[in-house]
Amino acid sequence: MIHRECGVLKTTYEADMALYPLPIAKYTVAAFAVLFLLIIPLTLHEYYLSIANLVWISVIGALGLNILVGYTGQVSIGHGAFMSVGAYTAANFVTRLGSPWPINLLAGGLMAALVGAIVGIPSLRIKGLYLAIATLAGQLIIEWTINHVTFISGGVQASIEVPRPRLGPYVMASQHAMYYFLLFFVVLAIVGTMNLMRSRVGRAFIAIRDQDIAAEIIGINIFRYKLLAFAISSFYAGVTGVLYTYYLGIANYEQFQIGVSIDYLAMIIIGGLGSVLGSIFGAAFVTLLPIVIRYAMEAFSGVLFSQATVHNLIPALRLTLFGALIIVFLVLEPEGLNRLWRNIRSYFRVWPFAY
Amino acid sequence: MRTYLTVFIAALVAMAGLVGSVVLASANHEIVIGLQCDRTGATQIVGTVLCPGFHDYIALVNSKGGVEGHKIKALEIDHEYKVPPGVEAYERHKKEGAVTMAIYGTPHIYALAAKLTEDRIPGTSPGFGSAAAADGTRYPYIFPIAATYWSQGAAAVDFAKKQLGGSLKGKKIAFIFYDNPAGREPIEVIEDLATKEGFQLKTFAVPPPGVEMGAQVLDIAQRYRADYVIAHLFGGAPGVSIKEFKRVGYPLRKVVSFVWGAAEANIEAGGGFGVAEGYYAMQFAGVGKDYPVLNEIREMYKKEGKAAPKEMDSTVFYNRGVLIAALHVEAIRNALKAKPDGKITGEDTKKGFEKISNFTLGGLVPPLKVTPTDHEGGGLVQIWQVKDGKFVKVTDWYAAYQDVVAKHIKEAAKK
Repeated sequence: MIHRECGVLKTTYEADMALYPLPIAKYTVAAFAVLFLLIIPLTLHEYYLSIANLVWISVIGALGLNILVGYTGQVSIGHGAFMSVGAYTAANFVTRLGSPWPINLLAGGLMAALVGAIVGIPSLRIKGLYLAIATLAGQLIIEWTINHVTFISGGVQASIEVPRPRLGPYVMASQHAMYYFLLFFVVLAIVGTMNLMRSRVGRAFIAIRDQDIAAEIIGINIFRYKLLAFAISSFYAGVTGVLYTYYLGIANYEQFQIGVSIDYLAMIIIGGLGSVLGSIFGAAFVTLLPIVIRYAMEAFSGVLFSQATVHNLIPALRLTLFGALIIVFLVLEPEGLNRLWRNIRSYFRVWPFAY
Repeated sequence: MRTYLTVFIAALVAMAGLVGSVVLASANHEIVIGLQCDRTGATQIVGTVLCPGFHDYIALVNSKGGVEGHKIKALEIDHEYKVPPGVEAYERHKKEGAVTMAIYGTPHIYALAAKLTEDRIPGTSPGFGSAAAADGTRYPYIFPIAATYWSQGAAAVDFAKKQLGGSLKGKKIAFIFYDNPAGREPIEVIEDLATKEGFQLKTFAVPPPGVEMGAQVLDIAQRYRADYVIAHLFGGAPGVSIKEFKRVGYPLRKVVSFVWGAAEANIEAGGGFGVAEGYYAMQFAGVGKDYPVLNEIREMYKKEGKAAPKEMDSTVFYNRGVLIAALHVEAIRNALKAKPDGKITGEDTKKGFEKISNFTLGGLVPPLKVTPTDHEGGGLVQIWQVKDGKFVKVTDWYAAYQDVVAKHIKEAAKK
């Protein structure tokens, strides 16, 4: 993931299919494992872990959306709603049946996949902006349904309290426990996506993205693979919704409104369409940037302005800075943070002997 | 290429260093209140005025030497009325050692309910949030500390009854509401009261974002011909409703609004006090500038040689900010009285909240009585009317149909 050789120098199929194309890749993965499994959770304060947990949740959602938008080339503004489908399915399973979290998680994902595939049906006939509007309709319909059908929403408040997930006798409630709980699914999602894209299905997705007529001519069943892309992507979204529900202890539809769908689209565009690392970068960037800006403003603005002005200034400036920085990064590198990272890497590969 | 990479890496390093330094600087021995605000986002009309009110009261308390000798620090974080930043704000407040938290927003109080209880930190949801949280045994760490939507609904029906001559038998009441969970919450109580009082009830949903309600208002005025209207709208919607009622010629003296359609800003959005003449609005904090505590705040600014902030002119939201701050400070005061060494925890402030009784701040705060079982404090409201360019008090603090509200709280606790 981090280490890829420039150019294609493979001479055997085995070398091409290898998960670790360079020996050093193994060590980096091991180093990252130590960092994220031991160093970060054991040294950082709970507060930073809570931020990490928000990042983990968005990483899974962004990966899912990237499968659809980045790899298959189908736009969706309905992912917030697919998350809510997962969240409410799991919440209903747990309150009505009392089922354990692995079942709820799977049920939430599968239900979201089903709904996603249905919302994805228009993609068979329309593309681009037209499809965006069709999925927007899906978002609004799902929002309305959850808001008004009390069988799903569990009452007029449209919120269902969910008990903390348990692992045997151990209740996962603290940020530390949640960190590992969420990280497990992040790893699954990353490995799953990377492998999906190496498979026949993934290559079919990419073929559809690049030119769907050509893909159909070389024998890819467009109907099947487009809906499959919607289903897989929505499965990720559903799982994100369930994890978010478990993280907060409540399913509430107001947490999955249209703004969330837009935020996730922003993540993958900033991070880089059609790349796993880009989804991670984008999710981290969109979640962390407002927090970092606030810290910076808190540190600096007290020097220049009075306390009351600072209080008014921070939120307003944070929003504008956030917008401005997104523009700056996209102007700097239209292909997203992933490309920026690759540029940095290839620069240092030959450093200090740059040409 | 080389330059921009250098700049980029330098910026990253600077950011990282900054984060580290701020973290070190924030160690202190003040008593911290976590304050969530919404000065940006969908409901900024509230936050831009309410939060300065909160800070001004804290500054006033500190200028008088603090609470039992301890200074108070209100740490504000803006969350744009979005849930993930609200969760982050909660964790930040917890890290900074907040012993009580002023949560803002219905989805936020839902999202944080489990955490507040697990971490044993009291959180307040004044005038919004889950009405069921009034039950202190079911939600031990959530404090509505102001009339919930259920109490507001009961008070509105009672007010309509008095306005219509003491009986609602056979009358037609319209309930126009913002179509989200918070908007729908009071319906079950009002429906119950419809059977009890024998009036006809029809509900009219206004879909978010609440700027389009011409059809609903026309329906209320001309087809349904409501005898009285109860309005429960948020953000920009109350202003639109005033305009629409005016347009179809429905008398505004037959409209009573819940607490989030009751501020100067809402009236001005509806065309000003001249247009809204007659409109009734429900309040959970006193309205106007004539309270001793507000005079003290003005004095405080005068002593510093500054003019009083312009937010003070928007008295409804500003006074609510003062009320919320005052109740938090009062809870801290009660906690410190029990533990004078100043080492109070969330559990102590929880007990502090539960001791609040007859703390009125010269009439700005209703005479609440918060107990371990009743975290709402009685559900008291006042009704004010738009008259001659200002709000005029119509009723004193009152609560109505408390038996019906109590029944719903009990049923909710069973779930």
